[in-house]
Amino acid sequence: MALSYFFTALLCLSLISAVITGQTASLAPAMLRGAQQGAELLFSMAGALCLWSGLSSAMEKTGLSEKLQKVLRPLLGRIFPQTAKDSVAMGYLCGNFTANLLGLGNAATPMGIRAIRQMSKSAPKNTASHEMCRLIVLNTASVQLIPATVCALRASLGAENPFAILPAVWVSSLLSASAGVMMTFLWEKMSHV
Amino acid sequence: MFDLILPLLLTFVSLWGLRQKEDVYSHFLAGAEDGIRTLFGIAPSLILLLTAVGMMRESGGFDLLSNLFAPVLGFFKIPAETAPLLLIRPFSGSAALAVGTELMVTHGVDSLIGKTAAVMLGSTETTFYAISVYFGATGVKKTRYAIPAALTADAVGFFTAALTARFLA
Repeated sequence: MALSYFFTALLCLSLISAVITGQTASLAPAMLRGAQQGAELLFSMAGALCLWSGLSSAMEKTGLSEKLQKVLRPLLGRIFPQTAKDSVAMGYLCGNFTANLLGLGNAATPMGIRAIRQMSKSAPKNTASHEMCRLIVLNTASVQLIPATVCALRASLGAENPFAILPAVWVSSLLSASAGVMMTFLWEKMSHV
Repeated sequence: MFDLILPLLLTFVSLWGLRQKEDVYSHFLAGAEDGIRTLFGIAPSLILLLTAVGMMRESGGFDLLSNLFAPVLGFFKIPAETAPLLLIRPFSGSAALAVGTELMVTHGVDSLIGKTAAVMLGSTETTFYAISVYFGATGVKKTRYAIPAALTADAVGFFTAALTARFLA
């Protein structure tokens, strides 16, 4: 439903600004060009997207992502001390985080949902516990090694090196996730007072 | 060294799979199929949204929006042109992708604005979508500070994306 509003708002705004700026003649061609661009874009993104999805799935099925989970477990245990006591919830949580890291969106969400359901069993009814909030913040901050779609997009638009953005993406994700997690710790501290 | 990370990763995963006596090629294949499915999943949405976004650009609507937010974004040294992307990012992944594409096409994929848009897209998520999925799954009504905390993370992400994009070669 949100997209219906967004789509309609864009159309209305375009019409109004076209009248204001006097660009009315270019609106109809822009319409067709946009749709055309979408189709072309999808076609040229296909290669990179499939390649990375293939790599991620191979990492998952050959047990590499499980190895990664073991490495990450102690770190996640520090961020989620309560959940770390529940091995089932912790398993889902590590799975969720690792899948996000590898860009396995299709695997990350179901795993995260199982984690948060398990966590909610030990939380007051209908209320988000501190660690549930923290899980959500980690999932909204996109901690990802290779943002496949964006790299595919850059490749399709003829970027010199589609992966050149990676160091910046890593720093930004890390800082934004840390900021979000720190906020949840801060709030937890304050609510205890 | 950095140039070789991805080719090495690809080779390493294949070798590792063989050592594990796994049919690693078919695992790659299954994943590639997933990629096609993802692509088909976003296709209708991306085509429709790029239509609307293209109209916004041609009509000058995006310029108006950018000018509106220029003073605030300028203070944080974030390019004003990315204003539409910042506004839509937390709400819709496909709309953000469409707006980001638009920025990369108009200003050049390797321009500062193009790179900033790419880093922003890569380092943030569809916050409200994730919140609704996770809280929906648990029936949580009192979300407490989850939304402000998640939005803080987004804001920090946008700021650092604009900052770090400047240092990219």
